[in-house]
Amino acid sequence: MAMRSMIGRVRGLGSAKEGTGHFFVQRLTAVALIPLSLWFVFSLVRLVGVEYGEIKFWASQQINACGLIALVIATFYHAELGLQVVIEDYVHDEGIKFISLVATKLVCAALAIAGIFAVLKLALFGV
Amino acid sequence: MSTPTRPLSPHLQVYRPQLTSVLSITHRATGVALSVGAVLLVLWLAAAAAGPHRLGPLNAFLGSWFGMLLLIGWTWSLFFHLCNGIRHLAWDVGWGFELPQVYATGWTVVIASVALTALAWIAGFAAMGG
Repeated sequence: MAMRSMIGRVRGLGSAKEGTGHFFVQRLTAVALIPLSLWFVFSLVRLVGVEYGEIKFWASQQINACGLIALVIATFYHAELGLQVVIEDYVHDEGIKFISLVATKLVCAALAIAGIFAVLKLALFGV
Repeated sequence: MSTPTRPLSPHLQVYRPQLTSVLSITHRATGVALSVGAVLLVLWLAAAAAGPHRLGPLNAFLGSWFGMLLLIGWTWSLFFHLCNGIRHLAWDVGWGFELPQVYATGWTVVIASVALTALAWIAGFAAMGG
């Protein structure tokens, strides 16, 4: 506070008090994705070439359905945070940058919702 | 406003690529590639939820040479981003900043990502054959 000029405060320059939030959640989702992604690749390898019924049976087991939902949430949260940084670094036009950031958030949210719904449908409902 | 024609400071092209910088940009590139791959994850889950008439054609495409090429790319991207991500987490807690460590962990990431990709695909082909 002592380090900021009055005009800087009036213009809203300086810390927004949320600088560590992005950093922390990106690491949090990264840590979650270490076991989740290893489990997912291991599961896919085991599901290579099996019949549809076996895939459905695998996905309908509670541990696997919950794992898939966790994977979808962590993946799209982590992807959104990462893509945000890439856009902020490489898109210099303020208007295009803003639209890109909003679009990225909405698309990631939509895909996460679609993924969660698909897992629930696969796990809970018969074909 | 007139475009300034003042000289710019040296950028990427004047520097010789080093393991550190190459792995850094590769981490970012694989992250973007995996974001695209996450779309396939949702497509695959949606196809599986729709039933065998949707999952069958998708799996047939993924089993074609082009589909497998994409999947191999995504497998390596995942393992690279995973291994280098762990390297980043180590840096975040303050470990591994000495130059010999940076290079040792860097080469470990390269070798581990290729080895894990090979392992996953060998296991996948073995599951298909057996």
